[in-house]
Amino acid sequence: MNEAVLATVVAVLAASLRLATPYLYASLGEMFAQRSGVLNLGVDGIMLVGAFVAFYGTLTTGSVWVGVAGAMVAGLAMGLLMSVVSVTLKAEQGISGIGLSLFGLGLSSLLFKVLVGTVKTVDGFRPIRLPLLGDIPYLGEIFFTQSPPVYVAFLLVPISWYVLERTPWGLTVRAVGQNPAAADTLGVNVTLTRYVCVCLGAVFAGLAGASLSIASVNLFQENLTAGAGYIAVALVYFGGWRPVGILMGALLFGTVTAIQLRMQVLGIAIPSDFAVMLPYVLTIVVLTFSANRARQPAALNQPFERGGA
Amino acid sequence: MATGTRLPSGVRNGRGRDVLGTVLRTALPLVAVAAALLVGAVMLAVLGADPVRAYGALFEGAFGSTSGITQTLVKATPLLLVGLGICIAFRASVINIGAEGQIILGAVFATWFALAFRTWPGWLLIPSTIVIGFVAGAFWGFVPGILKARMGVNEILTTVMMNAIALQFMNYMIRGPLIDPAGVTAGQYLAQSEKLPEQVWLARLIPQTLLHAGIFVALALAIVTYVFLWRTTIGYRIRAVGLNPDASRYAGIRVPRYQALSLTLAGGLAGVAGAIEVIGVQHRLLDGVTSGYGFSGIVTALFGGLHPLGTIPASFIFGGLLVGADKMQREVQVPSSLIQAILGLIVLFVVASQYWARRRSNRTNDAPTTPAAAALGAGDGQA
Repeated sequence: MNEAVLATVVAVLAASLRLATPYLYASLGEMFAQRSGVLNLGVDGIMLVGAFVAFYGTLTTGSVWVGVAGAMVAGLAMGLLMSVVSVTLKAEQGISGIGLSLFGLGLSSLLFKVLVGTVKTVDGFRPIRLPLLGDIPYLGEIFFTQSPPVYVAFLLVPISWYVLERTPWGLTVRAVGQNPAAADTLGVNVTLTRYVCVCLGAVFAGLAGASLSIASVNLFQENLTAGAGYIAVALVYFGGWRPVGILMGALLFGTVTAIQLRMQVLGIAIPSDFAVMLPYVLTIVVLTFSANRARQPAALNQPFERGGA
Repeated sequence: MATGTRLPSGVRNGRGRDVLGTVLRTALPLVAVAAALLVGAVMLAVLGADPVRAYGALFEGAFGSTSGITQTLVKATPLLLVGLGICIAFRASVINIGAEGQIILGAVFATWFALAFRTWPGWLLIPSTIVIGFVAGAFWGFVPGILKARMGVNEILTTVMMNAIALQFMNYMIRGPLIDPAGVTAGQYLAQSEKLPEQVWLARLIPQTLLHAGIFVALALAIVTYVFLWRTTIGYRIRAVGLNPDASRYAGIRVPRYQALSLTLAGGLAGVAGAIEVIGVQHRLLDGVTSGYGFSGIVTALFGGLHPLGTIPASFIFGGLLVGADKMQREVQVPSSLIQAILGLIVLFVVASQYWARRRSNRTNDAPTTPAAAALGAGDGQA
């Protein structure tokens, strides 16, 4: 009996890491965009296009790596589109992001219906049990028996922190997000920095999509993300624009989803609709009461105009 | 608050002076739509479909027959209502992404009300059901509004979260408290509400079509919204807040209060859309009651220049696009998702094209920046 409970707990925790992965990719990427001052609300659309391209690439070539590369290129293309509209043409970022999301939703569905038609599964990434670490009782199963995209996502947390906080380029990004006019005076190319950050974020969002379609559910369907991209944007606020905070948020969402799925499997009759609501309610509560807001990049959501306000 | 607040000249409604600028303002959305359709055509060609045939079927389906036009009007009704709310919110520089959730709240509570008071006569039940829809939607707009006003919480995020919450709430209601008892006794647990009492159904304007009297409610509210925004002090302040929050603050306008108000009203109008969908089209609450109107309503309002009267023709055009998309899918097998992609591109192109309108108004130094550009461009850095 106890053994069964323990096995369930281990399975749920392992699943929560897997389910946190798409959020991690998307939110870490979005963090770069926001730290440079650009709110990219189009993450959901980018994820969908990335998910489809990864799925289609894997389906047609049989190689997950082709799928991953495709998702990154697709993300880059979407990021460029967002950059042109929001950075160069200085459009209101909240609205252009909605446009990008709608576009990604429509485009991925269109491509799916025309090129694939029916729901098919692909041979996605398989879990790899790491040597030695994977043999640790329980912990090995939770942390070290995951698919490669999961490991990479968690590695990206310290890497993103290091890049942002400890490298000259990271300093540039933060300066552009805090005070673009001052950065500009010092010779920093604000536009270029924002382009790079938005595109980097979009590539991450493409990977987030891929981590859904070829490393988690191993299929594509219309609106596969079901709004996960919007949650990813909120997680950046939730996490106070810091990788560690984002990690916490992603794990929270991953765990809640994992518990829910498990409850459905076990047929536990708690009105699951309310359980699904919880993370969203919690996000609003955190956004409202957390002191994190003070960490918001000062120039977030403000197009930069040389000599302007 | 003192009346006759003096506002900087930038907040005047200067119409008809800069002719070229006016032409530009009107033409830019059209150019944006044309560009989006062009990109759509290229996508079709790449995918091996004939763009001319596809768009032909789309146009024919939307406007080519009485049945097409009635369906277009049925879809234009919620688009117009949602779009009106978006006009109010965006004019105050409040980005309301929450119309989906607000429609749902309106629809759920309208359904509940019409069922709970099923003995009331139609002349009483219909207006009160619509009012309940308004109140429920307004509440769903008020929450993010007050959070923004009091706590400075970014309304973009809260409205997105509240969409998800509303969706789960509806899922619960149509599988639980509001589930059709007839279906339950028949052993089929369909996720839908009981059929509403017949006296609450909106009159069908043309027999054998879905066209219902809700279109008149929407049109009337368009005029009310126009009068409210342009002919009342409160509406004037809402626009002033959007055009220049700093100047408005100096002029003594309580900026957060008007932002919260605009989000509440936007929610109310979306709630009316939800109520009217229920009592006009389906006559019961079903999954997918929003049909994505919460997002396509944003496109509609942007295309209408964030003007209540401009949103009327815009809603007809976009209603037609949605209807035509279905026809196109059926007749030439081009997935209707194409239209969704095109809607997204239209949003991108419209907000991007404001760049030129803004540049022009800066150059001519004609005091009022274009209302749309200003409403869109006066971003709220404090989020």
